[in-house]
Amino acid sequence: MKNYSLVTYNDFAKEMIAQYKFRGDYVLASVFAAFMKKKLSSIPFDLIVPIPLSDERLYERGFNQSEALIQACGHEPRRLLSRIHTEKQSKKSRSERIHLSQVFQIVQTIPDQKILLIDDIYTTGSTLRHAAKCLKEAGAHSISSFTFARG
Amino acid sequence: MRFAVFENKIIPDKLLDSPQKTLQISSIEKIPLQKKNPSYKYNQELQQQLSGKQLLLDDLAYPLSEIHQHYENGHLQYRKGIIIEKSKHTCNRCGNRDKHLFAWFPCARCGEKCFYCRKCIMMGRVTTCTPLLSWTGPESQLNVKGPQLHWSGTLSIGQQTASKRVKESVLNNKELLVWAVCGAGKTEVLFEGIDAALTTGKRVCLATPRTDVVLELTPRLKKVFPNIPVASLYGGSEGRHLNAPLTITTTHQLLRFYQAFDTVILDEVDAFPYSVEETLQFAVRQSRKQVSSMIYLTATPNEKWQKECNQGKREFVTIPARFHRHPLPVPHFKWCGNWEKQLKKERLPQNVLQWIKQRLDSQKQSLLFIPKIDKMERILPIARQLHPKIEAVHAEDPLRKEKVQAMRNKEIPMLLTTTILERGVTFPNIDVAVIGTEDRIFTESALVQIAGRVGRSSHAPGGDITFFHYGKTEAMIRARKQILHMNAEARKKGLIDY
Repeated sequence: MKNYSLVTYNDFAKEMIAQYKFRGDYVLASVFAAFMKKKLSSIPFDLIVPIPLSDERLYERGFNQSEALIQACGHEPRRLLSRIHTEKQSKKSRSERIHLSQVFQIVQTIPDQKILLIDDIYTTGSTLRHAAKCLKEAGAHSISSFTFARG
Repeated sequence: MRFAVFENKIIPDKLLDSPQKTLQISSIEKIPLQKKNPSYKYNQELQQQLSGKQLLLDDLAYPLSEIHQHYENGHLQYRKGIIIEKSKHTCNRCGNRDKHLFAWFPCARCGEKCFYCRKCIMMGRVTTCTPLLSWTGPESQLNVKGPQLHWSGTLSIGQQTASKRVKESVLNNKELLVWAVCGAGKTEVLFEGIDAALTTGKRVCLATPRTDVVLELTPRLKKVFPNIPVASLYGGSEGRHLNAPLTITTTHQLLRFYQAFDTVILDEVDAFPYSVEETLQFAVRQSRKQVSSMIYLTATPNEKWQKECNQGKREFVTIPARFHRHPLPVPHFKWCGNWEKQLKKERLPQNVLQWIKQRLDSQKQSLLFIPKIDKMERILPIARQLHPKIEAVHAEDPLRKEKVQAMRNKEIPMLLTTTILERGVTFPNIDVAVIGTEDRIFTESALVQIAGRVGRSSHAPGGDITFFHYGKTEAMIRARKQILHMNAEARKKGLIDY
């Protein structure tokens, strides 16, 4: 699967993303989007899909950070996936993340589409791979991913 | 979250048995308080954590049903996180009203457009659907028995006068400004007042704008009050839930308190950021009980406060002399021409260069204050031609602590600095100069503080303080006048021997 990322996950990006998703400063989505828009227009896709949060996590944060990025970029997020509640990714070790079993489920099947997955950070890539696997099994034509930062 | 509104109470949507019309808490006209049920078996841990505070549900690890039961039994109060009046927002936690510091998002908790405060978001997001929780049940007992002060030091005459006034104000719930020169020994002046407060069952808070000061004061106060719990709060500190008779905190952390303290002592009233930030003034107001005392400590009250003191509109006491009974060093003004232009040619004004050379030759350590970082970076290589070990430090410097320590260890002959070292830092035997004193960053209070770095120790009570300038400012003149005035007052009161 092809992944695109915009910036390195350095201290500055880290602080910005923490402010955005953990402290919940929603307006920063449009700051990130300002950088993401141009790149986005060069990636071919039919549907743009956010990495979902579990219901519990969504309630805790108040918004889905990936979905907010898509909206801030001026696109319509398609919620094709749902997520089973587990411990936070950022609290797991690298090996735990890579060897994690499937946490995503298909909500809606739309076969034969070029899907672009959106997330805020690419760390080990396991989240995106799991989501891609799920979509592939449901009949997607192809899947690529785009994250704001890459660790 | 959302609440259903009934005639005399509100219920969170998650706890409703049947579907009801619900609202964001900010849209509820008036949130009814419940009658206190005196026989209610309340959760004592919750009482400890919530007494005198205003917290978010996310700050507490109890199920909503348990929290709400305390409300139904009159032991807990829900307040609006954000108040909307005539479509204007005010954050009820930090007092923010600045329209630019509110934003909105589609909220998963209430399913509506939710406004949130960006100003205090570091302490957890407050939104139009967020309730602030406070305790309205019985106050937790502090269990302080008898006098607690274990201190064998003595107070100077100036300190004694101030100490007595502090104690009176504490016991009579009054306001008092303690105007004490740099090096007067402000902290010791508080000991008796704090002890009197604790002995009468009062809850005391010592607040300061700076984390450094919290870290410095905590061990000193723990040492003299060894048998009571002391809470020490700053960004990232532990013990947030400790409900102590004595709390030492940054003014910022006060935002979590609500009608908590019988006595609030505010250190360095004039220091950034308190004097510029309405938020922190709001925090101090919120944290006080309705009947409470307030002690302000400063070496350099602003013009408005000085005026109020002179006009008899503000209760105050001065400590015009230092503990070691020597007068305050008085700044010299020296014109140094267009020093910025000289810097462009990689030169320093002759008299500045001379001043530096003299300190290096006589091996006396010195501080050189510079108004801006970029100017400092230009001066450093010039100064290093005179001595390779000269260092420069500013607020964002990752090696700030190490450099200050090296200065203390006398490994560095001279430290160039921005205003970050203007207060709080004490080196025993130094001379100090300011370059570009005309810059507006050097306010009256900053200059008094800078001059106050000189002659701190009783072994080296003198020293030189020079303001190099390209045109005298009002602030310079007022600072010098303030120092002269304090020395004169001290002499008159017999507080200076030399």
